[in-house]
Amino acid sequence: MIIDYLKKGLAKTRVGFVGKIEELVTGYKKLDDEFFEELEEILIQADIGAVTSMELVKKLQEEAHEQKIDDSSEAIGLLKKQIESIMGHDQPHLNIQEDGLTVILVVGVNGTGKTTSIGKITYNLRQQGKKVVLAAGDTFRAAATEQLESWAEDVGASIVKQNEGADPAAVAYDALQSAKAKKADVLIVDTAGRLHTKVNLMEEIKKIKRVLEREYPGAPHETLLVVDATTGQNAIEQAKLFNKATGVTGIVLTKLDGSAKGGIVIPIADRLEIPVKLIGIGEGKEDLRPFCPKDYADTLFSK
Amino acid sequence: MAIFSNLTEKLQHAFAGLRKKGKLSEDDIKAALKEVQIALLEADVNYKVVKKFIKDLREKAIGKDILESLTPAQQVIKLVNEELTNLMGKEKSSIMLASNPPTIIMMCGLQGAGKSTTCAKLANFYKKQNKKVMLAACDVYRPAAIKQLQVLGESLDIPVFTLGENVDPVGIAKGAVEKARKSAMDIIIIDTAGRLHLDEQMMNELVEMKKVVHPHEILLAVDAMTGQDALNVAESFDNQLGIDGILMTKMDGDARGGAAISAKAVTGKPIKFLGTGEKITDLEVFHPERMASRILGMGDVLTLIEKAQENFDEKKAKELEEKLRNSTFTLDDFLDQMDSMKGMGSMEDLMGMIPGMNKQMKNLQVDEKQMAHNKAIIQSMTKDERKDPQIINANRRKRIAMGSGTNVQRVNVLLKQFKETQKMMKRIGQMGKGGKMPKIPGLF
Repeated sequence: MIIDYLKKGLAKTRVGFVGKIEELVTGYKKLDDEFFEELEEILIQADIGAVTSMELVKKLQEEAHEQKIDDSSEAIGLLKKQIESIMGHDQPHLNIQEDGLTVILVVGVNGTGKTTSIGKITYNLRQQGKKVVLAAGDTFRAAATEQLESWAEDVGASIVKQNEGADPAAVAYDALQSAKAKKADVLIVDTAGRLHTKVNLMEEIKKIKRVLEREYPGAPHETLLVVDATTGQNAIEQAKLFNKATGVTGIVLTKLDGSAKGGIVIPIADRLEIPVKLIGIGEGKEDLRPFCPKDYADTLFSK
Repeated sequence: MAIFSNLTEKLQHAFAGLRKKGKLSEDDIKAALKEVQIALLEADVNYKVVKKFIKDLREKAIGKDILESLTPAQQVIKLVNEELTNLMGKEKSSIMLASNPPTIIMMCGLQGAGKSTTCAKLANFYKKQNKKVMLAACDVYRPAAIKQLQVLGESLDIPVFTLGENVDPVGIAKGAVEKARKSAMDIIIIDTAGRLHLDEQMMNELVEMKKVVHPHEILLAVDAMTGQDALNVAESFDNQLGIDGILMTKMDGDARGGAAISAKAVTGKPIKFLGTGEKITDLEVFHPERMASRILGMGDVLTLIEKAQENFDEKKAKELEEKLRNSTFTLDDFLDQMDSMKGMGSMEDLMGMIPGMNKQMKNLQVDEKQMAHNKAIIQSMTKDERKDPQIINANRRKRIAMGSGTNVQRVNVLLKQFKETQKMMKRIGQMGKGGKMPKIPGLF
């Protein structure tokens, strides 16, 4: 069950977070100001952001009043529904083509876990018997190619690389030709971590995307933004600018096995309508799961 | 962050109704502090830290006579800024080098915080000071982490100690320190694997390493983009391992970096360095007051105010103030301001101090030579053109370019720059609208 995996990954998260929630559910009988204030605090501490948290609580307050709800657990149930509906009801899967090549472009700021996530996605695809080609598009960071290579070896994928400092768009081009020639099922293009504020680096990533589009109509089928769950409000800017540059189709939320809650994906889904597709919940190659809004909300608020 | 990019404006708004009343009530302060609270939370300062901060601030604000001040918003900002600076440590603090070398520095942190890159930057920082530095590669877990440090070391011509991936990290650290001692190194920097603060086994490895190598300095690398969790991370590392300082990475982004406050507040350990870019030289010593301004999203306004006060004469300032208020700032004034600016230090320094300017001004190259060109361009305009630059059409541009010995592009750039400045002046003008403005005699 996915929910069990999620629970495993979120177990540590829940200690602080749900402990507080539980206290709220059982500790208060009345929905007074204190209750809502503490709820707001919990949401803010989950990195949902002050503004969004305040909005959520205000809406909850109104709804509770309207529906004449005066029981705290019922109110929390309402809040869960709110979050769930923001995150989307359907479980969005990776858009893998039935026939022919699927191209996945992976982007994000430095240190969010792009290469590791690619390793895990590849492992997952290999389990399904797919033939995968990796493009070592991080030609900037020292030994980034070696890191991807080690994953390729481990999970059984081929890799296309060039020297450090090479044009990443050229690597993407080569990899695409190679994937076509090999009749691979999936090509995953790794890119160097870049801050979304660096104009020239964002131009570079646009170029990578252009090359993929031009050389293989329909590509990239997925552009995944990797977001570290420990990230605060800045993730909104990241999502905004990466989306503007490359048209992000989904988020991979990594490092959910820490004590961070990754709540920033809620305002991102709310304002930018970018769904979370996958979550990273551990160091192992199998520690990547599909994201499910209901499970996410449930797990956050369940006892 | 766009939403609360300008706390001054927010406070101005919070104080909007005040002037009529002429008095600051406790409720007014409460409203203002609510804005401060939201700004800090949106800057990722931990909730608990913010709560305490606001409580302390409220006491101070009520105690202080805000009524006396010229503009209450400015007064509150000043107070917030001072308190934030206090919270982050009053002075900059660096690493004490051991009297008996080598100085052993251990770098630790979560995955992806930027430890390896920062180790290399730090090594380079000391190498530039003619120290003999060695790096030790103790991340045996992440694929190619050792290789990464080796490549970085090679490019800097700094030796990297490694025993490969199949050796216990504590053993590597021990061997590295022995080697550093033998080769009479001044400093050895130990890079460790990224780990979760919740991972007991991995945390014990660090504790073990500390016991064996007795580092002089344990640094925690914290990503400037970290959210609320920065508090838990810093607290855990400090409790379990005992850290000596904090190093903020990825400061070149647009994250406010509230994590710095959380980490400092919960551990009491100083922030020592900032990683500010992709280049190996992009490492800065930490300045608390600059960080406070960044978190508030207001640039170094206070320094700018002081500088401006020193360099503008009263009468001109008054005139400018009028113009600001009436939004009649012209190219002639622009020229005047350019002259005054020369006494205030480099343009770039000044730009950095103005909120929101860092980003906006990025495209506007400012160097002294160009200022001379600009002067020539404005002086080649007619009086009417200076008053109303909108009438400057293509033909006029050509003439101005010829007259000033420049080209049309340069004229265009200047006009654009003027427009930006005008916009900014308007903003600053509104900041002081209604109240007297002797504190800001003119920023340009």
